[in-house]
Amino acid sequence: MSDITKQSLTELVENIKNKKLSSTDITKSFIERSEKSKELNAYITDNFTSALDKAKKFDQKPNLDLKLPGIPMAVKDLFCTKDVKTTAGSKILNNFVPTYESTVTENIWNEGAILLGKLNCDEFAMGSSNETSFFGNVQNPIDKNLVPGGSSGGSASALAGQLTPITIGTDTGGSIRQPASFTGTVGLKPTYGSCSRYGIVAFASSLDQAGPMAQNVKDCALLQEVISTYDPKDSTSIDFKRNQYSKELNNNIKGKKIGIPKEYRVDGMPKEIEDLWQKGIQYVKECGAKTIDISLPHTSYALPTYYIVAPAEASSNLARYDGVKYGFRAKGENLIDMYEKTRSEGFGAEVQRRIMIGTYVLSSGYYDAYYLKAQKVRKLIKNDFDEAYKKVDAILTPSTPSSAFKIGEKTDDPVSMYLNDIFTVPVNLAGLPGISIPAGHDSKGYPLGLQIIGKAFDEQNILNIAFAMEEKINFKNKITDWWIE
Amino acid sequence: MSKNSAEYLINRKGNQYEVVIGLEVHAQVLSESKLFSTSATKFGAEPNTQVSLVDAAFPGMLPVINEFCVKQAIKTGIGLNAKINKRSVFDRKNYFYADLPQGYQISQFKDPIVGEGKVILDMPDGQKEVGIERLHLEQDAGKSIHDLDPQNTFVDLNRSGVALMEIVSKPDLRSPEEVSSYIKKLRSIMRYLGTCDGNMQEGSLRADVNVSVRVRGSKEFGTRCEIKNVNSIKFMQMAIEYEANRQVDLIEEGKSIDQETRLFDTKKNETRSMRSKEDAHDYRYFPDPDLLPLEVSDKFINDLKNNIPELPDDKKKRFIDEFKLSPYEATILVSDIDTAKYFEEVVSKMGKNKDMKLAVNWITGELFAVLNNKNLEISQSPVSAKNLAILVNLIKNGTISGKIAKTVFELMLDGDKDPQKIVEEKGLKQQSDPKAIEALIDKIINNNREKAIEYKSGKEKLFGFFVGQAMKASGGKANPQLINEILKKKLQ
Repeated sequence: MSDITKQSLTELVENIKNKKLSSTDITKSFIERSEKSKELNAYITDNFTSALDKAKKFDQKPNLDLKLPGIPMAVKDLFCTKDVKTTAGSKILNNFVPTYESTVTENIWNEGAILLGKLNCDEFAMGSSNETSFFGNVQNPIDKNLVPGGSSGGSASALAGQLTPITIGTDTGGSIRQPASFTGTVGLKPTYGSCSRYGIVAFASSLDQAGPMAQNVKDCALLQEVISTYDPKDSTSIDFKRNQYSKELNNNIKGKKIGIPKEYRVDGMPKEIEDLWQKGIQYVKECGAKTIDISLPHTSYALPTYYIVAPAEASSNLARYDGVKYGFRAKGENLIDMYEKTRSEGFGAEVQRRIMIGTYVLSSGYYDAYYLKAQKVRKLIKNDFDEAYKKVDAILTPSTPSSAFKIGEKTDDPVSMYLNDIFTVPVNLAGLPGISIPAGHDSKGYPLGLQIIGKAFDEQNILNIAFAMEEKINFKNKITDWWIE
Repeated sequence: MSKNSAEYLINRKGNQYEVVIGLEVHAQVLSESKLFSTSATKFGAEPNTQVSLVDAAFPGMLPVINEFCVKQAIKTGIGLNAKINKRSVFDRKNYFYADLPQGYQISQFKDPIVGEGKVILDMPDGQKEVGIERLHLEQDAGKSIHDLDPQNTFVDLNRSGVALMEIVSKPDLRSPEEVSSYIKKLRSIMRYLGTCDGNMQEGSLRADVNVSVRVRGSKEFGTRCEIKNVNSIKFMQMAIEYEANRQVDLIEEGKSIDQETRLFDTKKNETRSMRSKEDAHDYRYFPDPDLLPLEVSDKFINDLKNNIPELPDDKKKRFIDEFKLSPYEATILVSDIDTAKYFEEVVSKMGKNKDMKLAVNWITGELFAVLNNKNLEISQSPVSAKNLAILVNLIKNGTISGKIAKTVFELMLDGDKDPQKIVEEKGLKQQSDPKAIEALIDKIINNNREKAIEYKSGKEKLFGFFVGQAMKASGGKANPQLINEILKKKLQ
């Protein structure tokens, strides 16, 4: 079956359950396609041999009650996977093999899925184009030399390129939604506390959140259902009643009130994005929902706030990579010299930049002016959403201020790179769920995404809205397999 | 401050200097597992055998607060008569060191779990109150071992992540003696509560000592130096004495004191500069985003409060009121929880007709001497409280004399023997039959008529001679009180 890799997760699960396909068939197909797709550079580490073994074992004694029965999938290389190298896209963890499994991936394997490999990402998830990875750029299947977005760029590329039927990423400031938008796929950043952070290489602890990436909303809902569990091993995990997201998925959104925030109409936003947004408004109206103009007055402060909070936490989170215990170590004259050489050689430029920013904003004398103030602004941004949600059920915005850009186009200008996250960052700062769905193409034929932001713990609602819109939009990704040898 | 003789002052050319001391005590929380992980905390284990992935800061590992350690800290706060903060925050204290795997220590900076409190010291010249500034919870670091290899440093992470309580005093201490008394009192309170074993040899209790000096009577504080990580009371006292004198000398020479961190060299008995204020670390404290603020309910605190055992100050008061002990005696008996327990068991085993004074004297006298000689804790006493109570009762009811009791006590040491049995087996029972003693005395007076005449003519010293003779003749068993009474009558 040559079209196995074109199938959605839901179709694959169905075909396994009614025995039309075996796990081995499916796993082989994705491995074969992955092997023909080296040019995308989506994988850092493949796990193909082991995956095939596991698929065969699954087929010998298939448990069809599981939610992901024998489904192969590759995951972002930020999730620690037992006995499989986990690099976080960094030289400093180039040789690191965890002896433990992240809770999110554990949940996935417990539902019968099989690890295909570890996907490329920006180093320590710091980037919006996957260009900061120690393991090189990732190609966007949409077009040659186009970035797939970041930091979950490998995940988005592998998903859009059909090297994996579904995947997971992490989203600290947009790292799931922006690459989903750039590759014409669906990406959900769940409410902070929904998915356990245990075993995920930390970037900014108060913002990091794992989430599903899929070809469609239903697949996304199913994966969210699997990965979101309360975990006592993560003190910020929240014990709330989780829905059966895929079972409860419902396209009836009649009467829902959708907020349209005026502050997201930013200066210099391409007309194509504005048009897409208007189209989105039309779609939700056609679905029977109402749109309401709202204001999120502190939106313009979100990006500067993010670029204080996230580097501050990162500067501390990354202190453990010191060459002493694991990972890369450079030789040094003494302890300090070893630290300096290890961290200078082990971390790339963007990571070093953020460590320096973070160290600076936490320094005594600057702490109040930067970090403390940023925390206050963060509170104001959260309050904006709380106010808005008194009037609306969800908020509709573009996912990104532009479509995917060329590799190298923004690498010399970090600020222009940071501006990519302008629509996604406020959601992380407020700890809310947000989903990006493909909603159209720009003049170059590159996909564009719309973002639906929900109330905390209201993933079901935004999945339902996305599900309803998906039907109306009827988006088709234009992928030519240009990279296949 | 009182102008009593115990005031500790440093004199130089007619100037009198007062020493101002504040302590930051690091007390290891008595707990089976660490503050944010489930690893064991046992002292003396093989290096790196009590280390979890969290303790070694592996990627993606997250801290989870140990509720028991929180309870221990709150109990200690209650013992220090301190305010318990219902909301406290864990912060990261960032610095690089090989034995600090995370690259930061999780501590509490702005919002500690325990606020202001106080401790009462029993000094020879009366009580003194020492203010507690705060108590916070934090992780211990691992241990760097520099002397196993000429080239390399080894790191043992067993201690990494163990819970510590940092107890910060106000600068209320004025002498090495007060510091000693303060540490002992803190240790006593924590041992009563079971929140810290106070074992200084194993590093369960250590302190940073802040010392400054000022001209006596001055209201301003001098510039202070912090002496890091002193691990015995004796060293604390030596370090303070050295440091205070060093500072006074500098002032007398017209020099200024640099605010700095110093080390105490126990071999040379001196403090040395470690780093100046300018070189001080910028720890970049910020709230740990991996941990939510710690919130405890009134009920949580009250449940702990209701289960706090009687603490030394209350016990002392009760000993004085109930047992009519002197404050001095009571202080000695309550200072250590095991001593207090032992004493109370002796009291309960003595029954109705008890002699409290006698019991106290035996515990603080004979028993303490034996423990001291054998280098034993009272919990390891070779004589049980029950048998000591029997012994005291035997003296009290006249079965044996105090002198015989000492012989019996010696015999009890071997296997905690029942004194009653020793008395019976060895025939040590006191002779209390007046007729027999009278006969004995008659015989002695008869044999020593000249001395009896001398006594009667005024040489009263000879009375002792007759007592001694009577005792000797009875083999030490005659009731000394009866001997006295009968002798007096006979020699009139």
